[in-house]
Amino acid sequence: MYQYDRFDQAIVDARVDEFRDQVARRLSGALTEEQFRPLRLLNGLYLQLHAYMLRIAIPYGTLSSRQVRMLAHIARRYDRGYGHFTTRQNIQYNWIKLEEAPDLLADLASVEMHAIQTSGNVIRNITTDQYAGAVAGEVEDPRIWSEILRQWSTFHPEFSFLPRKFKIAVNASAQDRAAIRLHDIGVEIERNDAGEVGFRVYVGGGMGRTPMIAPLIRPWLPKADFLSYMEAILRVYNRYGRRDNMYKARIKILVHELGAQAFTDEVEAEWAKVKTRGIDIDEAEAARIAAYFAPPPFDAAAPVATPTHADPAFGHWFRQNVTAHKAPGYAIATISLKATGEIPGDASADQMDLIADLADRYSFRDVRVTHAQNLVLPHVKLADLPTLWEALREAGLASANLDLIGDIIACPGLDYCTLANARSIPIAQTIAERFADMDRQRDLGELKVKISGCINGCGHHHAGHIGILGVDRKGVENYQLLLGGSGAEDTSLAQILGPGFDADGIVNAVETVVETYKAKRHDGERFLDTYRRLGAAPFKEAVYGQ
Amino acid sequence: MANDFARKAASVDGTANQAPPATLVRQRGDEALDAPLLSLADALVSNAPLLAVQLEPADDARKLAPIVARLGLVAIHFPLFKDGRGYSSARILRDELGYTGELRATGDVLIDQLVFLKRSGFDAFALRKAEDAALVEKTLARFADVYQPASDARTPVWRRR
Repeated sequence: MYQYDRFDQAIVDARVDEFRDQVARRLSGALTEEQFRPLRLLNGLYLQLHAYMLRIAIPYGTLSSRQVRMLAHIARRYDRGYGHFTTRQNIQYNWIKLEEAPDLLADLASVEMHAIQTSGNVIRNITTDQYAGAVAGEVEDPRIWSEILRQWSTFHPEFSFLPRKFKIAVNASAQDRAAIRLHDIGVEIERNDAGEVGFRVYVGGGMGRTPMIAPLIRPWLPKADFLSYMEAILRVYNRYGRRDNMYKARIKILVHELGAQAFTDEVEAEWAKVKTRGIDIDEAEAARIAAYFAPPPFDAAAPVATPTHADPAFGHWFRQNVTAHKAPGYAIATISLKATGEIPGDASADQMDLIADLADRYSFRDVRVTHAQNLVLPHVKLADLPTLWEALREAGLASANLDLIGDIIACPGLDYCTLANARSIPIAQTIAERFADMDRQRDLGELKVKISGCINGCGHHHAGHIGILGVDRKGVENYQLLLGGSGAEDTSLAQILGPGFDADGIVNAVETVVETYKAKRHDGERFLDTYRRLGAAPFKEAVYGQ
Repeated sequence: MANDFARKAASVDGTANQAPPATLVRQRGDEALDAPLLSLADALVSNAPLLAVQLEPADDARKLAPIVARLGLVAIHFPLFKDGRGYSSARILRDELGYTGELRATGDVLIDQLVFLKRSGFDAFALRKAEDAALVEKTLARFADVYQPASDARTPVWRRR
């Protein structure tokens, strides 16, 4: 994975120094809260219901075991012993004290981590496929171009005061685990007919208030033009994005209101002017960065036999949470942070330390964060899986529910977040408990439930096979039920089924929907397939009786 | 670009800063042009041999192309610091139009924007608050290394590796 050189380190250290200064000016009163707010947001420090929340960047969801240990240390030293992994592959801590934040950032800088641009109207964390560099069939490791984007976008002087936040996702596989078409810019790495590797660029996707699937803006972009083209897109957005209404300020609104063709024309015209300005890196630099993502030294003699264990629970976990690896004898193991009754995406400091140890022992010190709030050990020998599983099970990290109904994405919601209208965590916990029977979960198969506690949609409810949106209706929490969304390569937006429910009602409604699917499914159909085949009508009838 | 769109982009909430700047930081050897600041529209119809222009966020800097040789001072107004359109205007003036005269940031300009402003091509900063000269210098010197090229002379780190 990428290693900082002295330049990368100097840049992060300078930011820590700057922030220490800004906090001191805030605490002394030289800066008002209003003046300080955008500065602390540039460092991912939010003022929430109970305390400051700090969002730490995990670039393209990749961590070393050393970094995971630091995250555990931060949980213990500065927080209440746990952290929350987010739908953008970052981590959040909910109980931070302002005066300790500079020391926290200094600790992070010592392991090549930071909280730069994790909030504010800037280019945010670049996200990608959690199986990058491990899964078979990948065109090229998307983390290479994610790192190139990270550097280009960090402290970009022209794009630090955009109309609104800006999110870029990169994918390089036939399967899209990064939901690229639901991002402001979605980049698909692919090969053309001549065998060259380049990019397909989508612009204007997003969820939240106005969900949209990004249209294709550039069917083919060569590597040599990548950054200058990105610069052109951002400049068009910076100049013409709406600034009159923060709910209409994302680039998706600009693309939608201009139309994809007119927007493309603007970008192409701008690009013609910027492409000669030396923005693009050369092949040598691209190769230098690519070298950091070279595969680890796989053991060519690693046994390829399917691992077994006396306990049948291992078999369930192996079949559900383990994905095929490109190297023979290896596998990709997903660590579920969705144990029944626990908060989705949370990990304790002890669990983090264990995962760091397991990464050292079994995964070349490599850990990934998924946008579904789980963790991954990407390079595990098949032969090591049984012992790995035993260690995970002891720590409550062996839930065999990857992509099943128990693997729920939930935002922090009203329990933690000032923007929320409703609690999302208790709904997730109740649904998980209702479906705690693993035989039942396995029988239902792939079923992605996503819960947001407000219209901002950080729980990605628009991309849920079953999406739940919490709203405030006359002071009472109310939950809307949406069906048929997908953040994968078959991108679709979930549609609302009918009137909302209270907290008990929504869980019952989900169960009714699920049972309806079971009753009507054809062989091999996932819930999403049955819904797409039958439409909303049978589900609506079952839930609302009409 | 649709006019309708430009209108929506133009309407920003908040009050423009009317108070004179507390500190003018100027990083040029020459004297500031002493001329009234004209709006873009007025500048385009002026016959004066040397002009001072103030650009607002919604103004298209490219419209200055026909008169760039007669510009002695361009002020770019930031009514609210979070409206970052002025950064693009500055870069267009420097990179595309080849403007080499004074490029001054005015309005809601705080010390915390200085590095971004300078990198975008500004060489004069009308700070809203009185600021200690030492703090200004420290702020401008803080980021010795930059990741991307901009409109200053700095080399991005990848070219130095």
